[in-house]
Parts: sequence; structure tokens; C-alpha cells
Amino acid sequence: MMRRPNLLIGTVLTGIILVLALVSYLWTPHSAIDIDVTRRLRDPSWDFWLGTDQFGRDVFSMIMVGARNSIAVGLVAVGIGVSLGVSLGLWAAAKRGWTEELVMRGADFTYAFPAVLTAIMITAIFGPGTVNSILAIGIVNVPLFARVARGSASQIWTRDYVLAARAAGKGRLKITLEHVLPNILNILVVQMTISFAIAILAEAALSYLGLGTQPPTPSWGRMLNEAQAQMYAKPRLAVFPGLAIVLAVLGLNLLGDGLRDLIDPKLARKR
Amino acid sequence: MGIFLARRLITLLATLLATSLTVFVVLEILPGDPALTIMGPDANSEAVAALRTELGLDKPAPQRYLAWIVGLTKGEMGVSYTYKVPVGGLIVERLALTVPLALISMALTVVIALALGVYAAASHGRAGDWGVMAFTQLGIAVPSFWFGILLILLFAVQLRWLPAGGFPGWEAGPFEVARALALPAFALALVQAAILARVTRSAVLEVMREDFVRTARAKGLTRRAALWRHVLRNALIPVVTVMGLQFANLLAGTIVIESVFSLPGLGRLVFQAITQRDLVVVKNMVVLLAALVVTVNFLVDVAYAAIDPRIRLTG
Repeated sequence: MMRRPNLLIGTVLTGIILVLALVSYLWTPHSAIDIDVTRRLRDPSWDFWLGTDQFGRDVFSMIMVGARNSIAVGLVAVGIGVSLGVSLGLWAAAKRGWTEELVMRGADFTYAFPAVLTAIMITAIFGPGTVNSILAIGIVNVPLFARVARGSASQIWTRDYVLAARAAGKGRLKITLEHVLPNILNILVVQMTISFAIAILAEAALSYLGLGTQPPTPSWGRMLNEAQAQMYAKPRLAVFPGLAIVLAVLGLNLLGDGLRDLIDPKLARKR
Repeated sequence: MGIFLARRLITLLATLLATSLTVFVVLEILPGDPALTIMGPDANSEAVAALRTELGLDKPAPQRYLAWIVGLTKGEMGVSYTYKVPVGGLIVERLALTVPLALISMALTVVIALALGVYAAASHGRAGDWGVMAFTQLGIAVPSFWFGILLILLFAVQLRWLPAGGFPGWEAGPFEVARALALPAFALALVQAAILARVTRSAVLEVMREDFVRTARAKGLTRRAALWRHVLRNALIPVVTVMGLQFANLLAGTIVIESVFSLPGLGRLVFQAITQRDLVVVKNMVVLLAALVVTVNFLVDVAYAAIDPRIRLTG
């Protein structure tokens, strides 16, 4: 790992965010939700490590709970993308012909709707909220994973061992589950880390706009929105949540890069 | 080229139709009663019924869809429920800000990305390359809206060189407009430029290993001349493709950035329409933005067929 700085830094950064999120379930320095105007806009101190916001809430505690929120949204959204997208992609690669054409044209077409646009449609009907933002980000991930899965699965289908399995009388589903899926898993894992990072960015943007996680639940995007009103009084409030987003996304991206290099050294040398 | 264009054009039209149908189903059929969605659950039933008639919701769905599409082709999009003015006019007014903003940031993106990408490829494996790669890695991780906030903190709050937000209107003159759009355009461009610079770098590196480049060098061309005359044109195809895909992100990005900088553009309009449940505006805006994305991707297809004639044969 020491010879792979991407993997090392990525693992450490992702680990830090993960630990912050997990610890926040058991302990935070102060409440991340309780409002106390007597201690509003305090500067960082031994008591309040990153200071307090305009409602007197502890910024560090909010960032800890915000990490939990970001990770949860990322996990579920990527989960939706993986389960639906990979199934569709594998199905398309196994059936070929019209099914493949239909799935792939469908995937092409959904590119017309970026996450924010999908979220806008969903919130216009169902209202803003964490669940709806997860849905929006998840839906956008479906065609992405369908493409990745179909692309790599199609290659596996041309291999000799798949031909041998077919000759041995195995059906499409069995071949897909026993030979294709295990062989494309590494590519999917890399795509998952990258999609996770994008999901965190999308969730932050939606929460910043007020379409995602709703108060009082702290979220990094929402913290930035609230900090903007205090920009002249306490500019630091707009710095910390953004840094948290950058560290989380940078960590996941580096982890993805590192894993890809580890799995496919040919690709690493080419880059 | 004629057949290629015709095939792509048919795909474009089919995608546009599918897009409009999706938007129609999601916003008019799925919610059950759009009139109720607009007025909220507490509205009295007579008012909801009146709105239903006003919006033509008492007609069957296929008829409504057809009427909407026919209206769209004529530029008639109905009347906004909250603004009480034609949606078409509202959109045109806002486009006058969003399109220049998107174009300026795209131009900034291309300039920054090509410069960084080519520089990194030319100094492959050396400090310059590492520096650019580290910068792009960081750039990709920075949310554009946070970068926008940081730019406001530095240039508006601390240095007081540029306004923190707002738009003076085109009548204020090009200097004032440039001052208002500089920070949002740059905030949008940085992230896109980081991605595009990486694509440019690897595309240039890939082409530099090709035989024809070696031949050109063997004929006595300097590294720099080979780069400019042979490598760049051939490296452009993946770069243009990614640029097309990025335009979608850029448009989505304007929605957020216009909120950061309080710019009265398309993004802000759609955002306000949601909070006011103005479904007529949302429906037309979403289909318009999606159509823009699809059309840009179509133009990209055509553009790289022009750059690389081989694509026409296989496409």
C-alpha cells in the first residue's frame, strides 16, 4: 500500500469520514440539533472545536452527523444504481439482440436528465426530503451501472470458459451468476467508489438548494446554505462543511483510482 | 455524411419525443391530480376543480400531451400559475442570462483544460505533470457551489473587487455584466476544467505513442511541432465527447450556481417554480433543459464525425 499513494491517502481519508460518522451514533462533543442562542457564533475553542453557528449549534458535531447523512445517502443511492443497473446490464449482455438494444438506448436516453433535473421533477411532485433526493441520485446511477455492467459482461461472454460452460449445458442465468458476475465485480467496485463520491456531491448540492435533507437533521450542503447568510460576520462557517465534502469526495476518488490500479496494473501504467 | 446526419437526426427526434413523454408522465400522470399538487392538500374542492378546467386537466391525457407538444413546436407553453404570464416569455427572458453564463464558463473550461492537459502530457512523468494531476484531483472533489462561496469570500468580502451576487441587467453595459458573471462562470468552470484536463492529458499521451507521430518525429519535426500539427487534432475526439457530456453538468450546475450568486436565470426560475409548485413552469423547463442536453450531444456526434471521417462510416 505504501507504494500506492492513491490507495493509501484514499483509504485514510475515507476511513476518517467513516469513523466520524460511526462515532456520531454514540457520541458527539455537543448536540448537533439543539439550538442555544446564548452561545451563537462562538469562535473555535477547546469547548467548541470548530466554533458554533448562528443558532448556537456546535459545528464539529454537525459535521460528524452530516457525515452520517452523506454516507447513508451515498450508500442507498449507489445501492439502487447497482442493484437495478447491474441487473439490467447483465440481462442485456446475456440476451443480446433487441433486449440489449432496448436497455442501452434507454440508458442513453436517461443521460438527458442529470441528477439535479431528476431531483427537481421528483421534488416538484413529492416535495423535498432525504428519501426523494436518494431516489433522484439513485435513478441517475441506474443507466450508469447498466452501461458499465453490459460493457464488461459482453467481453466476458466472448471468453472460452463461457463457451465451455454453454457447451456443458448451463443456462444464461447460471452462466451470468457463476462466471460473468464474479469476473466483472472488480470493475463494479471501482465504479461504486466513484459513484459514491458523485452521490455525496449531488446530495450536498440538493441540500444546499433546500431540496435534500431537511432541518433539523444536519447536512453538509445545508450547513453551507446557512453559512452563506453569515458570510460577512463569520466566514469560517462556510469553510468547514465544504472542506468535509472535499475530503470525503477526494478520499473516495483516490480510493477508486487506487483500487483500479491494483486490479488492473496495465491501466495504471498507461495513464 | 448525408445518411449519417439523417440517422442521427431521427435518433435525436425520437429521444426528444421520449424525453417529453417522460416529463409529461412524471409531472402530469404520476401525481394523480396536478391541480391538487399545485394548490396543496388544504385547498377547497371548487377552487381545485376551477384550476383543473383552467389548465385543461379535464381533457384525456393523450389529448393533453398532443396539445402540449403542438404548443411547444409553436413556442406556446401555457401560462405560469404563479406569475400569470406566458411561460415562453418567462423562459426567453431567463435564457438571456443562463446561456451566456454557460457559454462563458464552457469557454473558460476549454481554455484552462486544454492548457493544463497539453502541458501535463508534454511534461509527462515530471513535476509539472504531477502538479497538474494533483490540481485536477482536487478540482474534481470541490463542489462548484462551495467554490463559488469561497470566491465570494475572497473577491467580494475580503478584497471587495467584485460583487457578491446579483445581476445589474444587460443595460448596465458589458463591464458591469462581466463583473457580475466573472465569479459564477469561474466557479462553474473549475470543476469541469479539472475533468477535461485529465481527459485531454490522457488523450494527448495516447496519440503521442502512435506510429504516425513517431514517423513525424523521425522526419525531423520537433516535439512541439509534432504536438501542435499532429497530436492535438487526433486527441480532440475524446475531448469533444467529454465536452458534450459536460454541457449537461454545466446546465445542471447553473441551477445551483445561480442560487449561490442570486442570478435571475433559468436555474433560479425552475427552483422558484418548485417552491411555488408551479407545475406548468417546471414541466416546460425540465423538458427544455433535457432537450438542450440531448441537442448538444447530437451536435457533438456531428462535430466528431467532422473531425474524424472514420466515424461516419461506422456510425
